Amino acid sequence: MKPAAAFARLDRRWIYLVTGLLVLLPLLWPLNLPLRPSPPVQAYHDAIAALPPGSTVLVSCDFDPASRPELEPMTRTTLRQLFRQHCKVVVVVLFQGGARFADGIVQDVARQNHQVDGVDYVDLGYKAGDEAVMVLMGQSIPSTFPRDHNGRDVRDLPIMRGVRNYSSFALLVSISAGYPGTKEYVQQVQGRFHIPIVAGVVAVGAPTLYPYLQTGQLRGLLGGMAGAAEYEDLRYERGMASRGMDAQSLAHVFIALCIVLGNLAQWERKRKEPS
Amino acid sequence: MKREIPLFVTAVIGLFMILSFFVPHQAVSVPADFLQQSAIIIVAFGIVLGGANLLRVNLEAVVRRRPEWPYRLVLIAGLVVTVAVGLIEGRDFQGSGTRSTWIYDQVYSSMSSAMFALLAFFIASAAFRAFRIRTREAALLAAAAFIVMMGRVPLGGVLTDGLPREFRIEAVAQWILDVPQSAANRAILIGAALGVMATGLRVILGIERSYLGGED
Repeated sequence: MKPAAAFARLDRRWIYLVTGLLVLLPLLWPLNLPLRPSPPVQAYHDAIAALPPGSTVLVSCDFDPASRPELEPMTRTTLRQLFRQHCKVVVVVLFQGGARFADGIVQDVARQNHQVDGVDYVDLGYKAGDEAVMVLMGQSIPSTFPRDHNGRDVRDLPIMRGVRNYSSFALLVSISAGYPGTKEYVQQVQGRFHIPIVAGVVAVGAPTLYPYLQTGQLRGLLGGMAGAAEYEDLRYERGMASRGMDAQSLAHVFIALCIVLGNLAQWERKRKEPS
Repeated sequence: MKREIPLFVTAVIGLFMILSFFVPHQAVSVPADFLQQSAIIIVAFGIVLGGANLLRVNLEAVVRRRPEWPYRLVLIAGLVVTVAVGLIEGRDFQGSGTRSTWIYDQVYSSMSSAMFALLAFFIASAAFRAFRIRTREAALLAAAAFIVMMGRVPLGGVLTDGLPREFRIEAVAQWILDVPQSAANRAILIGAALGVMATGLRVILGIERSYLGGED
């Protein structure tokens, strides 16, 4: 049997097996392929690095566990960079099903960096309403989020004493998996309240945000696990994203190979068919 | 009057919200804030309504033994148990060590992660079976996809390391994202924005009435 004919009859379970092995093996035995930060990632890092110590930063964690491999590493690295620069962090969640997940990440990174809840950072939790919540935060954050994730009155928290609305923040970091997310923050908040925004999004959403990056409405952009890994590289870390990039490299090569082999098999079949 | 009053309310509130964007005076901004707060409350009611509707549709399907009714039963059980546990635990349902947290961490989190993890297998299989290059446009799409896929992973950079910097695959991938991709996306964004403005105007002026339900 010719190779092309064999490919045409290939059982899909072989493809599943090879995909599984190509993802699993580099996670067990890393290849440590070199990373080269792209300009949008460098811009993201530099925008945070330029913040003066003591700045208050709004971090909107709009994702749920489904986007964990792509968005958790960049959220952790972002929080670490902010805490090490002595920035105060206010976290909000506008994505259904994400509040508990985001809170776990925030508490974990804060504990590792010896940050005090309510003083150095606060998680205001989830609020339904999508873009309406974004716009309302521009009027008053304590009115929009009267209680934090743990049910405390936000007016009693030291970190919230100077926080009124978007003008209280030096930067907005939007980590998002879809709607509502970065695009809505640019459309509803950036144009109206003129707050600088950087964003980290899933790989499939990154291309749609390039126009905003070019106009300066976004100061920097992390796209998917690749963006997160490049960001870790800039921070001299080797975290979850860097480890995952070896697996993603091999999976990408295999998918490209699948496209080529699938088409070769198709052409061979057509060539043999009577015209 | 049944249709005229909602149309009038929509037109007045729509025009008022546009006005609030341009007039920062308290006489406008305070009522505008109230309307936006009301929108959030309505959305919260929408979540309850959505849950009730989900329950009604699926309960009916289970009672009538429609195809795949056992899956619907699992859905109803999951919904009822999660809501009941949350109600019993009260305001502290999100705290560590609660049953709600356990359901979120051990059931919801694991299942939604597993669903997306399966995508890798489906994409590989679809790439082999469905991505057919039959036209010149499909060939262009495949070439762009290949370059961007390889340019966004470290292995692509390693394979083209010997080339001048501007011809390395990551530089070509970045150019595709910056220039042709951004141009196409910008066109889509501008088109969509114009469409949203036109639809908004049609709703405010009472030309678009489908949101009222029934006949147009």
